[in-house]
Amino acid sequence: MASIKTACYTLPAHWHTLTGNKYFWPVFVLAGLAFCMAVDTFDFVDLYLQLILIYVGINIILTVSLNLINGYMGEFSVGHAGFMAVGAYIASLLTVYVFPPGAVGVFFPLAILAGGIGAALVGFLVAIPSFKTRGDYLAIVTLAFCMIVKSVLENIDAVGGPRGLLGMEKLTTLPWVFFWTALSVWVIRNLVYSNFGRGVLSIREDEIASDLMSVNTRQVKIIAFVVSSFFAGIAGGLFAHALQFINPRMFDILKSTDILIMVYLGGIASISGSILGAVIYTILLEILRPLGIWRMVLMPLMLVLLMIYRPRGIMGMREARLFTPLRDLVTEKLWRQKKKEAPDATD
Amino acid sequence: MPLIEINKITHRFAGLCAVSDFNLAVLPHELIGIIGPNGAGKTTVFNLITGVYRASEGSIKLEGKELVGLTPHQITSSGIARTFQNIRLFRELSVLDNVRIAHYGQIAYTPAEALLHIGRFHAEEKRITNQAMDLLSIFKLDESANEKAKNLPYGLQRRLEIARALATEPRLLLLDEPAAGMNPNEIIQLMEFIRWIRQTFSVTIILIEHQMRLVMGICERLVVLDFGATIAQGLPSQIQANPKVMEAYLGEEVVL
Repeated sequence: MASIKTACYTLPAHWHTLTGNKYFWPVFVLAGLAFCMAVDTFDFVDLYLQLILIYVGINIILTVSLNLINGYMGEFSVGHAGFMAVGAYIASLLTVYVFPPGAVGVFFPLAILAGGIGAALVGFLVAIPSFKTRGDYLAIVTLAFCMIVKSVLENIDAVGGPRGLLGMEKLTTLPWVFFWTALSVWVIRNLVYSNFGRGVLSIREDEIASDLMSVNTRQVKIIAFVVSSFFAGIAGGLFAHALQFINPRMFDILKSTDILIMVYLGGIASISGSILGAVIYTILLEILRPLGIWRMVLMPLMLVLLMIYRPRGIMGMREARLFTPLRDLVTEKLWRQKKKEAPDATD
Repeated sequence: MPLIEINKITHRFAGLCAVSDFNLAVLPHELIGIIGPNGAGKTTVFNLITGVYRASEGSIKLEGKELVGLTPHQITSSGIARTFQNIRLFRELSVLDNVRIAHYGQIAYTPAEALLHIGRFHAEEKRITNQAMDLLSIFKLDESANEKAKNLPYGLQRRLEIARALATEPRLLLLDEPAAGMNPNEIIQLMEFIRWIRQTFSVTIILIEHQMRLVMGICERLVVLDFGATIAQGLPSQIQANPKVMEAYLGEEVVL
């Protein structure tokens, strides 16, 4: 019973009837989307606040996707900004140079998708060294990858070299961010609660045992890296069209560090934690903006305190029941019921 | 026809010969014991069979199919499962998930179906969850299905490890020191348990053991290893009387 209690940890009891309802998520997502569209059309929310919400969404995508590698798989990737850069550049080049100027808005989702796919292909390449190396060594591989992406971009004049790329229209609107954020959370949750996702977890726990229990660890690593980098690429595309300007320096190790902080703040191997981490970090940074340079002292200090008092982050290794698929809970309950009715049926 | 046929496998760690010229043919439904002093190469034999190490020489055939060169998960999927000398459960995961993971080789849905939770996904998840729960209930672990594996008491952890291995639907089960850390009473229970597993799941079993009481009690045939070499093979009674085995275990007889 103890573990069921921890699964319900985050919500008061009367919420469970609400969140246990199978219509909760569809209604929540549709309502959210409708709200975002209303904000976008009628502009009743401050533009600055809208921009912050857009960053919150982008950061949620980045955090949830990085958590797949660093939390669920237990590796330490510091190359997430590199994948983001690939997505940002591909999407921006498409909207600026390829798609017809008049209809860019129509092609925008395609551009974002192309950025995600481009990043996923690169993620596939980075997955290959992960077959042989783990831990610190894989961290160095991803660090090197991040540096390669940055210097390659700096040396291609066609994409603006170190000066960067501009000319993107402001296409990243709140409804789009909401859509992609919901999609990334849903897909990664789906993956985690499938046998491939359990394979990802088993690699973190014991890779050799996992292989010996019939888990194709290479396949699992490829899936994890491809999915993770796909959404980093999506986030990159959205980021580029929110800021309307990108340059290679934006996607260096510091950007990766930002995402890492959000992952460890929210808690490893937890989707609800990633969302919390991204929301808290992004909003705190904005609230503390009046402090000027001091916020860069205060934020790390808070992290130090967090690591001392809550080393696994806010939701480390736990999940709000909201994010557990109902089927997972129901199948087991049905099984127990059946057993109670016919105790010998299973023997 | 033997279920598994191991032919002259040899394995070297940088010059040190961990296992040399190991031969073993196991018939379906047999229960074989591998014994020997510490460092004799017993676990290495298991690691060679399951593909953790690749044999330097020789061949291992499961029903005529060559296993040397396959990866561990391919070997497991073709019907060999094992437990570990020092328990290697997925400690932070639930008991149920530990067993469900072992169904990886059997799931019929593709990664795309898993990402979108469409198609065969729901039916398959239901199937493996029910199968896993059935298996757990046979092992009397269904009450702790939602516990983290690390929170189970030691004895239940050993039992879960066997359940997890059986979830891969093996024909050959390799048990690496199943009696480690057990007292004589528990060993008697374990003997019954192993016989019962063989009956219920109709598996062939090879086990590694230090506890003489256990191997003599249940094994139909024994292989004795010492410094990587096979020094004796035969019925438990023959092994007990074998002077070479006595020498390996107790040292040479000294004539005073």
